[in-house]
Amino acid sequence: MKNKTNKKKQSWDDRIFTAICSILLFCFVFVVAYPIYFVLVASFTDPQYVNSGEILLYPKGFTLLGYEQVFANKQIWTGYANTIFYTVSGTALGTGITILAGYALSRKDLPGRKIIMKLIVFTMYFGGGMIPFYLVVKSLGMINSRTVMVLLGGVSAYNIIVVRSFMESSIPDELWDAATIDGCGDGGFFAKIVLPLSKAVIAVMVLFIAVGYWNSYFNAMIFLTDSDKYPLQLVLRNILLTASASSNTAALTDPEASMRLEQAVQVIKYGIIVVSTAPIICVYPFVQKYFVKGVMIGAVKG
Amino acid sequence: MRKMTAEEKRRHRKNTVKLMKRHWVLYIFLIPALLYLATFNYGPMYGLMIAFKNFKASKGIWGSEWAGLKWFETFFSTPRFLDILKNTLTISLYSLVFDFPLPIILALILNNVKNLKWKKFAQTVTYMPHFISVVVLVSMMSIFFSPNSGMINTLLKYLGGSGETYFMGNAQYFPHMYVWSGIWQSMGWGSIIYIAALAGVDPSLHESAMLDGANKFKRVLHIDLPTIMPTMAIMLIMRCGSIMNIGYEKVYLMQNSLNIATSEVISTYVYKIGLQQQQFSYSTAIGLFNSVVNFILLLIVNKTVDKLSGSSLF
Repeated sequence: MKNKTNKKKQSWDDRIFTAICSILLFCFVFVVAYPIYFVLVASFTDPQYVNSGEILLYPKGFTLLGYEQVFANKQIWTGYANTIFYTVSGTALGTGITILAGYALSRKDLPGRKIIMKLIVFTMYFGGGMIPFYLVVKSLGMINSRTVMVLLGGVSAYNIIVVRSFMESSIPDELWDAATIDGCGDGGFFAKIVLPLSKAVIAVMVLFIAVGYWNSYFNAMIFLTDSDKYPLQLVLRNILLTASASSNTAALTDPEASMRLEQAVQVIKYGIIVVSTAPIICVYPFVQKYFVKGVMIGAVKG
Repeated sequence: MRKMTAEEKRRHRKNTVKLMKRHWVLYIFLIPALLYLATFNYGPMYGLMIAFKNFKASKGIWGSEWAGLKWFETFFSTPRFLDILKNTLTISLYSLVFDFPLPIILALILNNVKNLKWKKFAQTVTYMPHFISVVVLVSMMSIFFSPNSGMINTLLKYLGGSGETYFMGNAQYFPHMYVWSGIWQSMGWGSIIYIAALAGVDPSLHESAMLDGANKFKRVLHIDLPTIMPTMAIMLIMRCGSIMNIGYEKVYLMQNSLNIATSEVISTYVYKIGLQQQQFSYSTAIGLFNSVVNFILLLIVNKTVDKLSGSSLF
């Protein structure tokens, strides 16, 4: 057998394999990264280059024109403020509810926990659908209310299961036994021992839920009628997509400089995309490990 | 299991009640979540009743008259039924075929990367699109693929194409646009779960295989792949279980009058009939048809995979 030397020197078939892997990975990374990079670069580029469809590697004819327009746009800022409000309050509420429920279900001595689990899991695979959902919200008098935007999306079966799995595996039963001997009840045990031990899963939940709120538009589209309540994503849809379909820029037109603006539409769009996506993309690399952790805990067992 | 005697049953019950009393706080912890799910998940299931009724808002869900299977018959006999069903299945099967294996391939490749910094970078980059909203994704597509100034058309022009293809407004291209943008967005994120499973591969297996003269490719095929098989099975079940549930949020944004022939799927049709045309009963029936077919598919796939590989969802 030839392989005694393999540890130091790769054989030719391994080298080919490694090379193919490297090339493939490079392609994957490039294909994913370039469009994102392009948006960033194009948002600083002079409209004439962007409009001609040039393929850019760096900003040509550096300009902040797009950003000036974005920052001058009231709709975007109202949307931004609304989204922050919905995201912060919804995430706080949703995380709280999810952690409490996940903890309760992680306790093996809770009578009825299997049935409750089944009821929760069932919601992952079957639902009433859009119209009955709409009717429920309507019957609660929550159409066109900020309440509905805060409530919807906060609690999901999947997240409860993630929390439950985490707590089942990371909080040993002995801790509970010891705490009861010291006269600690369920509430005290949860507050003093479980919460401090669950920082990781709390971070995961905050991030999962917050991203969901930040990025959703559909509920806003069907439930909100007042544009001053619109979240950012719905404002974006109206500006970026509705405008592009009819190739007019009514949403952004400033009568004095309409010619200039007409040309700058694309650059403005890139600016909007950057401004709306930057918060998540910037924060994400720092909290990446929590996201990954969340997926992994969730994968343990559904 | 052995049958419990009456005495044991009584004691068991007493014990349960005692436990319940002792843990009343835990039930309070559960109340908000259960209330939420009861309202927004089980509440709509009650509303499914209107699929079999002539729903009138003034009479309410319960008070509206029964209509039998009228709405289902209407749907099955509408000339668009087959088209919409075909679109739904085409798009979801097409995406299943590609976005199921690609994350696995990515995970296997990442698992073999030796340079840790490059590996970390590649992971960070490939996970990133997961955090981009559908609105932004579709906007990016509509700009990149625009017929006169998009970079894709510029690129095609270099390669000898006309450079004026309107990708977003062409029924023929719609499934490709939908599926590949989805892969772009979710491939990296989807690989996480497999990378986690690959971390569980016993290194001694690789060592002994190396001594036996197995090259890298063979080891990936015979050690790594079998290790992640159970994860793959579960993911496949979940994926098949949502075959009828196409991300309507994205389809709806990508839809326009030019690509409607291939882009109308059941869920967007439900939205249009229901919320835009206010035909609540009819659209609920269509939605219910979708959910039921989907649920049955999930059960079938779950059973089949369970038999074949021993892994199942429930």
